[in-house]
Amino acid sequence: MAGSAQPQKQGRSLLGGLAVVVIAGGLYWGLIQAPPDALQGDVQRIMYLHLPSILTAYLSFFLVFIGSCLYLWKREKRDDNLAHSAAELGVLFTALTIIEGSIWGKPTWGVWWTWDARLTLTAILLLIYTGYLMLRSLIEEEDRGAVSAAVLGIIGFLDIPLIHMSVYWWRTLHQPPSILRPDKLPWENIHPAMLTALVVNFAGFLLLYFYLLSLRLRLGEIRNEIKARRLARGVY
Amino acid sequence: MQLLREAFLLLRKDLVLELRRRESLLTMFFFGTLLLFVFHFSFDLAPERVAEMAPGLLWLAFLFTGTLGLAQLFQAERENQCLEALLLSPLDRGALFFAKVCFNFILMLLVEIVVIPLFWILFNLHTWNLLPQIFLITLLGTAGFCVLGTVLSAVTLRARARELLLPLVLFPLMIPVILATIQCLGAVLRTGEIGEAVPWLRLLLGFDVIFLTLGVLVFDWVIEV
Repeated sequence: MAGSAQPQKQGRSLLGGLAVVVIAGGLYWGLIQAPPDALQGDVQRIMYLHLPSILTAYLSFFLVFIGSCLYLWKREKRDDNLAHSAAELGVLFTALTIIEGSIWGKPTWGVWWTWDARLTLTAILLLIYTGYLMLRSLIEEEDRGAVSAAVLGIIGFLDIPLIHMSVYWWRTLHQPPSILRPDKLPWENIHPAMLTALVVNFAGFLLLYFYLLSLRLRLGEIRNEIKARRLARGVY
Repeated sequence: MQLLREAFLLLRKDLVLELRRRESLLTMFFFGTLLLFVFHFSFDLAPERVAEMAPGLLWLAFLFTGTLGLAQLFQAERENQCLEALLLSPLDRGALFFAKVCFNFILMLLVEIVVIPLFWILFNLHTWNLLPQIFLITLLGTAGFCVLGTVLSAVTLRARARELLLPLVLFPLMIPVILATIQCLGAVLRTGEIGEAVPWLRLLLGFDVIFLTLGVLVFDWVIEV
């Protein structure tokens, strides 16, 4: 492990640096190159962060599901580490999304928060995965905790479509997706500079996400290693 | 068939235990009734508004009493390493899951049979003829609650402060059941029939079936020592 640590570290730094550059580029496109929205004006520019953060959060929860399934199947610490790390980052990005959304919602809708379907769903996601993290922190035996968390990770993920359906039937106010629509091709619905800003920012967020994920994974590895060494020496 | 027979044996064990100790049932029943009084003090429940609020209040009462039951669900097994003994016996773990779901379901049902009419009496509702439909919907909602609740009760089995943790994990995942049940109850109380709420009823049924299947599948992992 010590041998591979150095190139791994370099790879991570590269990823981090790249994320900074791409997000800077995305912000340039979003704040300067893209025109203000015809109706909403400059406030709309927060979308260039809002959309990438929620997509990243979705990706993260999907990784929790994958990591949980793999762990139950193969019982490798690596997969459990993945699920745990992805859950933490998913909670972070969901919280960011909600904050960005509130900042946008106040001038646009006139309220910080409204019980619209998509907002509610996002808040529920935050609650589910915060619960997941609490469960992890409250089980002391490590393997037990990993198995229980994996089961919760799977149940939580499979419950999302049902929650989605129920809160949508319940109420809908959030605008329907403006870019991905059945009647038109994506680039016909949006100014090209806006689309560029969105795509570049999304790429930047993905890079940032994987940078943070690799850091968090390494942290988990180190924690496990410390525990293993302590056990080997009989120190607790 | 074997699975059902084993589940029945385990269920009978739990029921006998409960009959002798009467801990869960009495506390749940008392708490459910208590909640009705608390609701009365908390809200201005004028007769014309009660019918509107009844679905939410009733379901809230069942949610809380049910959580109380779930927290106790594996209590007998936690003492004296009974769980380990159960797992050593050649029982299918799916049967254990099934038995626990049924046990909690029966407890909640007994509470509901008393609390729903009591609600009608205490809040002066006149729609007694709707009670069968109300019971039927509550039954489906309770089934969903017990199924997912039992899985999560087992998931949190070895956590510190598990009684506190369980609702935190359970309630967000329970939102489809909460919404669907309240919408169905509301439709029945408003119009006298289920009519417009049929999609919600389907969602509720779907939830019950999905998580019952999933529960049987994952319970092996959840409960392992």
